[in-house]
Amino acid sequence: MPPEPVLVVRNLRKAYRRTVAVDGVSFAVAPGEIVGLLGPNGAGKTTTVNMVLGVLEPSEGTITIEGIDLQKRRSAALSCTNFAAVYAALPGNLTVEQNLRVFGMLYEVPSLTAQIEEMLKRFDLERFRGTRSGILSSGEQTRLSLAKALLNRPKLLLLDEPTASIDPAIARTIRATIRNFAEENQSAVLWTSHNMYEVEEVCHRVLFLSHGRILLEGDPKLLPREHGAANLEELFVQVANEQLHDGVVR
Amino acid sequence: MKARRLAAVALRQFYLYAGSPTRLVPLFAWVAIDIALWGFITRYLNSIASAGFDFVPALLGAVLLWDFLTRVMQGVSTAFLEDVWSRNFLNMFATPLLISEYILGLVVTSIGTSVIGLLTMLCLATLAFGLSFFAYGAAIVPFLLVLFLSGIALGIAGTAMVLRLGPASEWFVWPMPAVLSPFVGVFYPIATLPSWMQAISRILPPSYVFEGLRAIVRGEAWSPAGLVFGFALSILYIAAAGWFFRHVFRVAVRTGLLARYSAESTS
Repeated sequence: MPPEPVLVVRNLRKAYRRTVAVDGVSFAVAPGEIVGLLGPNGAGKTTTVNMVLGVLEPSEGTITIEGIDLQKRRSAALSCTNFAAVYAALPGNLTVEQNLRVFGMLYEVPSLTAQIEEMLKRFDLERFRGTRSGILSSGEQTRLSLAKALLNRPKLLLLDEPTASIDPAIARTIRATIRNFAEENQSAVLWTSHNMYEVEEVCHRVLFLSHGRILLEGDPKLLPREHGAANLEELFVQVANEQLHDGVVR
Repeated sequence: MKARRLAAVALRQFYLYAGSPTRLVPLFAWVAIDIALWGFITRYLNSIASAGFDFVPALLGAVLLWDFLTRVMQGVSTAFLEDVWSRNFLNMFATPLLISEYILGLVVTSIGTSVIGLLTMLCLATLAFGLSFFAYGAAIVPFLLVLFLSGIALGIAGTAMVLRLGPASEWFVWPMPAVLSPFVGVFYPIATLPSWMQAISRILPPSYVFEGLRAIVRGEAWSPAGLVFGFALSILYIAAAGWFFRHVFRVAVRTGLLARYSAESTS
């Protein structure tokens, strides 16, 4: 019997007056699975992530995290999650260690001091522990956001372009870290990225969003061939340019 | 409600104050300037007024108490604005933090900052101008309590307004005590006001504090019942302000305002 999914999204819809940002999206993410949420700018990826994070209320549909309905038991559901997003830097006026302590307390992390030490070590931030986050380089800030995101060992990890401002060598290390974390902790990961190489390397499955709908779904290594594209990037471009008809690129 | 999450909100503010003299100094400086200014004014008034009336407990005491309310309100609103200025809403509200925990965290911060302000004012007013809280007797405790609760209610209402209208609306928050001060009779009896202003003053809890304060200074009987009514009103206003914040937060989550809250998107 397959394990219960960590995240279940059913018929999710978000409309702003006449604009529909997300339109009837349904998917699930299993324990240990990394799912890539792909699509051009404005496709509805961040809107979907924001709804799963509980900071945006869906117009319709339900979200359950570890079997807990997000709408009905927001705090309990969010205690199983964490996130890192390129647009949500931690407060720059707190030091690295202070940020981790404050957010560790918000997520009620047990043995917090030991956990902070582990994260500082894992993301090579030990020498910055007393440095204000605002003066870190963008790559260091991203590593701090990721350290915060793994601090409570979330069962659901949401990553919105987590390696966008990181050099390729560190990005590779971070991908390995997250992959290992998902496997060891049996955490579900929802990952948005515009880096198709990264998606192909990390994700077990991808969902292509366009105009708020899931257009394609499948294994990132097989999907391009199934739809007549040379690789994932070409498939992405075709989806973005709306050249996909009846599941085949034209 | 989890004490650890509430403590996290207050700890964040403690870190900010502990690491930043530019945040610490205003906790002492502005109230000290106010007390010095009004201290000299009362000293001058005592020198030219007829003997027998002491302006220090009447005027300087009123300034001190009004400043206390202002500091309480600013303690809440400044702590909230720290999250606005650092664009921290997404990080904060994607955690399991409850709205009640967040607001109580702001209140705990305000208790810390306003007590520092109160002690500074009290030291300066007592040592330099001879003001004594003993002049008001035991009534000083409920006076401070009603003003504290009123400041909390104002602070929560102000933060809800900033959440609803965007970061630029913080400039509506700072003058809120100044807008209320003519109605609550900080410096003069409520009877001085026209009837329509008196009607408003009757629904403002600080009015009962300043009326009571003046009665004590004049050696007249004052009505504890009025203060009890003021206390009940301030509790009601805190509940109303909490409801207002929660309502605004829900609207912000529904409309997407919270997810895209920043200076660029909402001002």
